Amino acid sequence: MTPAAALLEVKDLRVEFPTRRGTLVAVDGISFAIAPGEVLGVVGESGAGKSLTGMAVIRLLEPPGRIAGGEVRLEGERIDNLPPDQLRRIRGRRIGAIFQDPLTSLNPLYTVGEQIVQTILTHLQVSPQEARERALGLLREVGIPAPESRIDHYPHQFSGGMRQRVVIALALCAEPRLIIADEPTTALDVSIQAQIIQLLKRLAREHGTAVMLITHDMGVIAETADRVAVMYAGRIAEIGPVREVIHAPRHPYTVGLMGSIPKLGAGMGKRHMRLAQIEGAMPRLNAIPPGCSFNPRCPRRMERCMRERPALVTAGTNQTACWLYE
Amino acid sequence: MSDALLKLQEVGRDFDVSRPWLNRVLEGLPRQRLRAVDSVSLDVRRGETIALVGESGCGKSTVARLIVGLWQPSRGRIEFDGVEISNPATRAATSQVRRRMQMIFQDPYASLNPRWRVREVVAEPLRVLGLASDEAAIDRRVAELLRQVGLAAEDAEKYPHEFSGGQRQRISIARALSANPEFLVCDEPTSALDVSVQAQILNLMTDLQEKLGLTYLFISHNLAVVSHIADRIGVMYLGRLVEVAPAEDLFSRPQHPYTRMLLDAVPDLEMSGKQRTPVAGEVPNPLSPPSGCAFHPRCPHANDRCRMKRPASVVSGTATVACHAVQEGRI
Amino acid sequence: MRSALARFWDHDLAYSFRRSPVTVAAAVMTLLCVAAAVLAPWLAPSNPFDAAALSLDSAFLPPAWTAEGRAAHLLGTDDQGRDVLSTIMYGARISLAVGLAAVVFAMALGVVLGLAAGYFGGSLDALIMRVADVQLSFPAILIALLINGVARVALPQQMHDAMVLYVMVIAIGLSKWVDFARTVRGSTLVEKNKEYVQAARVIGRHPFAIMLRHVLPNAMGPVLVIATINIGIAIITEATLSFLGVGVPPTKPSLGTLIRVGNDFLFSGEWWITVFPGIALVVLVLSVNLLGDWLRDALNPKLR
Repeated sequence: MTPAAALLEVKDLRVEFPTRRGTLVAVDGISFAIAPGEVLGVVGESGAGKSLTGMAVIRLLEPPGRIAGGEVRLEGERIDNLPPDQLRRIRGRRIGAIFQDPLTSLNPLYTVGEQIVQTILTHLQVSPQEARERALGLLREVGIPAPESRIDHYPHQFSGGMRQRVVIALALCAEPRLIIADEPTTALDVSIQAQIIQLLKRLAREHGTAVMLITHDMGVIAETADRVAVMYAGRIAEIGPVREVIHAPRHPYTVGLMGSIPKLGAGMGKRHMRLAQIEGAMPRLNAIPPGCSFNPRCPRRMERCMRERPALVTAGTNQTACWLYE
Repeated sequence: MSDALLKLQEVGRDFDVSRPWLNRVLEGLPRQRLRAVDSVSLDVRRGETIALVGESGCGKSTVARLIVGLWQPSRGRIEFDGVEISNPATRAATSQVRRRMQMIFQDPYASLNPRWRVREVVAEPLRVLGLASDEAAIDRRVAELLRQVGLAAEDAEKYPHEFSGGQRQRISIARALSANPEFLVCDEPTSALDVSVQAQILNLMTDLQEKLGLTYLFISHNLAVVSHIADRIGVMYLGRLVEVAPAEDLFSRPQHPYTRMLLDAVPDLEMSGKQRTPVAGEVPNPLSPPSGCAFHPRCPHANDRCRMKRPASVVSGTATVACHAVQEGRI
Repeated sequence: MRSALARFWDHDLAYSFRRSPVTVAAAVMTLLCVAAAVLAPWLAPSNPFDAAALSLDSAFLPPAWTAEGRAAHLLGTDDQGRDVLSTIMYGARISLAVGLAAVVFAMALGVVLGLAAGYFGGSLDALIMRVADVQLSFPAILIALLINGVARVALPQQMHDAMVLYVMVIAIGLSKWVDFARTVRGSTLVEKNKEYVQAARVIGRHPFAIMLRHVLPNAMGPVLVIATINIGIAIITEATLSFLGVGVPPTKPSLGTLIRVGNDFLFSGEWWITVFPGIALVVLVLSVNLLGDWLRDALNPKLR
């Protein structure tokens, strides 16, 4: 992808947490780009730095976390060094965010209509009547039944799935160019998950919105994303078209990850079939090994992996950070 | 069935979710009861893995807690190896039976006392149940248990916060095993873990089952995980057991409309291009469950009978299904 | 091998302590006050309660740095010729002892009741918490006054003087247990639903063993914070009662008694008799409260 076509471009992003026992590097020089209308999945296990990457893009890192290097460009314009007031205009207007817990994303003291209308009025030059019309249209679009009566309800009067729809409506209301969705379906039951995934996918397609979908669930990625970045210990291990990453993973970590996911019906008839497993656990941030951070767990480790850190190289349709493909 | 290790007969459990007495009097509200588990009958055979699946609030975790005695059933009877264990009056007499079942919990961060060393955590059942003669014997047994779950004997001196989530779950398993149980109730043991760690724990549980001849009741919301580990699967909806079937049959020939819906909603990792069929609606409020069959508002096959009369569980092929449409041959 | 001392020094709590100069100053002040009080018989310039050493000649002497002051009485003397510095040191002894004992009493009562209410729930919980609600609707001072009054009527005069300190401790302690009970009940409700407690129940452990070994140690963190903050409040309550004249008698004065006695002379120009005990009280309570605030912040993971 050429940088000109990218809606969001992240280059060498580095997020650090200074602590009294030294600086922890939580996101270590990652680069990726998202095109308009594209859904980029960011997948990884807890502690891989995927949520922090999303938070760094909209600059919502909890202190003492801070961006320690790199660039974030939205439609070609650098946003990682903007002063806070300009950044606030971008958040909500050009970047929308959806978080895991729909309850804490909504203010319990206001009706959902008030919250959506207020957000629209903050970002768009419309009259209050137009804003309310728009809010109604959005609620209808995200699939809330009888929006005319539901618009004056409070968040607690909605069920979990409906609440997440309201959060999506809120994220969409200023027609942002980019949506960052951090585990949007994790708190929901499977039957609701499917509904929300369909909704996100349709909205991205119809509005040409770019989506950064952060999740630990490969199944959600498989159904929603166009491309996927697999993160491990603060770095991108592999990035490529979702079909390729799932069916022909290159990096040994991705291979192990795909093998360890139980697949419906795969063990059928063979009672107690063992899953492929990756030994050990992801290193803590204060104990990331030198060289390739995956090397202690890697079945194909070479001498070089323990000394030199691999950069992303092209391997077929994917890019992967592994010396096997040098 | 003579080889049933555990028998649940028409087990039910209500929770009093009323407002405080003063509010009820002032606001004129009635007492409110939540029927968390409603007439669940189930046999668990020796040596098998039976799984209970369902969405949040379906009562599967309540069933687990009723079995191990954390809660008392409001109705019905639970038997373990032929001894009734659901009667609180005979609790003391059944403690010898009870110790033969143990439980593994969901949250590896809450299931270990943060102030205890691993040695004390794993040794607690040994001490309480008097299974070790002296400190040296406890040390030996703890070291053996830790090695059995894939940890090192030296880990006994550490505190829980020094371990990752997966390692903590191993410690929980070691604690459960230290009572020499035959039957393990596992309440979502891997749903708080990352997938690569989940694979480790599932494999460990499979190995332990073969080595120790354990029987598992496995509670999960993840059908893919269940398809890997279970011999038989029970599907729960709003406190009721709607279908019980051998795992293979449940996945190849699901009968109850809710089971079909759950299977359709599983993300498609193979990317076969199959579209998920999103289901209309959500689980209703359990405080006021629908009349008749609890699933009828979301069911594409519902008719008047489904709205009026609650279906009984009836054997259908290899499965037991509670559905009028299946029984009438409509689907 | 790292010594226990080195580990303690490296602990997060010790670290946050070192990083806060105000806290270090408060700790030093507290230590000085406690040392001065505990070691009063050895450090004080004179024993103010030794009737033989008192002479009315030396009454109403101003502080040493004023024109009429004497070097032997740094902070001057009171109406009976007692050295003010010495009475403050002896008074702080009584104030601290009553404050500490009252908090320990309140803590013991509150922790036991809160633990029982939280763990067993139901009607026991309702009973304990309603009693607590009723108790809270009376100001602490009023409760202490009430108990103190009852004790005065019930006990004969000569016994009363001997018992007065215990009555004070019970009176102040009874007015403070609710804080502890509520906090412990809250953390008990959280802890008892955690899975490690359920695991102990599945093993078949006795409820009392679970409360003692599992729930209590994990519910104690906030209790220590409340205890520290309450020491300051208890000292103030004791001083207030003594100031009102229902507390410790002038023969064995606490800081509050000293302030009351000196108050009578404030407008006749002998300001030092009441001002210096007052400053001592403020410094002591402020230091203890600053320590309590720091402990609360340091133990609260959300603020870290």
